[in-house]
Amino acid sequence: MKSSALIETREWLAVQRWLLPILVLIGFGLAFAIPEYGLFNKYVQLVMMYVGINIILAASLNLVNGYMGEFSLAHAGFMAIGAYTSALLTMRVLPVAEYPGLFPLAVLAGGLMAAVFGLIVAVPSFKTRGDYLALITLAFLMIVKSLIENIDAIGGPRGIPGIRKLTTLPWVFFWVVVSLWVIRNFVYSKYGRGVLSIREDEIASELMSVNTRRVKFLAFMLSSFFAGIAGGLFAHVLQFISPRVFDIIKSTDILIMVYLGGIASIGGSILGATVYTVLLELLRPSTFGALLSWLPDMLFDPLNEYFIRHLGVWRMVIMPLALVLVMIFWPRGMMGLREFRWFIPKRDLDAHQHQHHAERENPHDPSHRP
Amino acid sequence: MSEGIVYWLQQLLNALQLGSIYGLIALGYTMVYGILTMINFAHGDVFMIGAFFCFLAAVYLGLPFAPVLLLTMIGTALLGVAIERLAYKPLRHAPRVSAIITALGVGIFLENFTLALAPYPKHIPALLENSNWNLGGVSVSSLQIIIICLSLGLMFLLDYVVHRTPVGMAMRAISWDKTFVPLMGVPVDWVISATFAIGAALAGAAGTMYGLAYPVIDPYMGIMVGWKAFISAVVGGIGNIRGAMIGAFILGGVEIFVAAFLPSTYRDFVAFALLLILLIVRPYGILGSPRIQKV
Repeated sequence: MKSSALIETREWLAVQRWLLPILVLIGFGLAFAIPEYGLFNKYVQLVMMYVGINIILAASLNLVNGYMGEFSLAHAGFMAIGAYTSALLTMRVLPVAEYPGLFPLAVLAGGLMAAVFGLIVAVPSFKTRGDYLALITLAFLMIVKSLIENIDAIGGPRGIPGIRKLTTLPWVFFWVVVSLWVIRNFVYSKYGRGVLSIREDEIASELMSVNTRRVKFLAFMLSSFFAGIAGGLFAHVLQFISPRVFDIIKSTDILIMVYLGGIASIGGSILGATVYTVLLELLRPSTFGALLSWLPDMLFDPLNEYFIRHLGVWRMVIMPLALVLVMIFWPRGMMGLREFRWFIPKRDLDAHQHQHHAERENPHDPSHRP
Repeated sequence: MSEGIVYWLQQLLNALQLGSIYGLIALGYTMVYGILTMINFAHGDVFMIGAFFCFLAAVYLGLPFAPVLLLTMIGTALLGVAIERLAYKPLRHAPRVSAIITALGVGIFLENFTLALAPYPKHIPALLENSNWNLGGVSVSSLQIIIICLSLGLMFLLDYVVHRTPVGMAMRAISWDKTFVPLMGVPVDWVISATFAIGAALAGAAGTMYGLAYPVIDPYMGIMVGWKAFISAVVGGIGNIRGAMIGAFILGGVEIFVAAFLPSTYRDFVAFALLLILLIVRPYGILGSPRIQKV
């Protein structure tokens, strides 16, 4: 009974696998069509771009924080490096006004620069881990921020205004697909196993001849590379960057997306980034205005005024409170340690299902926990 | 005395003042880490709330210095216990990362909640009459003397509590071993709450003194000061109480003397670079000892 059901799902999965590339193609079509024909208004398009950028950020941070089980606070720092590199390139070096096709090169350069800086965090991670590595990443973030503030040639604390708006929906979609594809393939590769084994037990995995140094190098560089890419895209949406944009709050935002979605899950990162970004956008006065518009003017006007004046602050109160509640009552997030089946390579499905069954039958066994 | 020596002595006094405030906060970090091996990232914001309690007590109740200090310490102690009971206790057996994230979340919550209630920076009135003395060219204010002496007094009191009283003995026992000490009849929950209460009360005292020394307070003031205090705790060897005090005075000195020679914008840079180098060279701090991990 059980096995036949399993076979059926596997056949159905074989069909679904064809769907994934088709869905990506449809997504590309939509990404071109939406701005071209104005299917949604500019604001919705902007939110969609932020969702895409946040998906890249969450998925790449998940590589270090979820799959490898470290705790990095440096993601906003890598993002800043990518953003500054690409913004300076498009403003001062590359003639993007004549050749807009050069924009992806600038973004790529931002990603590569961030990857180089990723080494600075990767090297101390050979010796320290846990809380102390978290501190090193925090120190890295603060040093990046403080260096940018002290270099006048790149705007110092005032930042860089007047960046061209070069990020478009198709480009965001393109980079989302590339980052998810690369991260997924990395996670299910030989090195990906190494990453998982480091999370479970570093010393034991070293004894099993996992080259932990190389694995950590790759994981940190890949993670910071995509953070840099996201930073480049972000700079060319926001059109203004300053050291303040990339502070610890930004890192915390990305952390919330990762843990809300669930660790060690690409699907979780997609869901977490989408839900968090959209929810924060919904918590704006205009939403409450629209929801309450049926009220008579006498009630509506003061309420609306109250929301316009105070909601901006209160939503920043609700957000961390939600994070704490999620951690206490829902510690695994939406998809913690689980994955959309479409993302799992066929050869891994059986093993994955085994683990899933074992977990379901014995949920208190600590060996499944990170 | 020559100009140079006067200048140095003046900076040394400023360093002592800053270091003693960092020290009071660093003690809270190091105590909680010693007992729960958890970094209480919300501690810097408890310090900030302490400054705001001080503002409330001074402006709305119109109290003089001593009752303000006492009320602030009681208030933050209650806050510390509440945070521990509501946010950290349910996660005591969860993965460590959950506790770190929760602590970050609590910190941001406290900042933004205070911001929602007090959108503009507040000004703490002068609670103490401040008189300046001139000792051979070095100008010494009574406020500085009070801050340094009071902080040192509280630090020695804490050192006494931890090393000479039953509560302190229970704390040290729990930080030594969490599995068997409860079996010996040590009330773990109670001791952990007491740790948070003491740490938060010291942060409240630091908030009051900081508010007197630098009277303009805002909801985000706790972030940087909190991180700096945390660096002090790590420099001294986290989990080690005397180490935290030494680390705080070292960091205070480094910051003041960096600001004396370089543009003040480099202060944070140097502080965090110091942390980074120290973590790579001597990860267990000055007085800490390396933990041997067994497989």
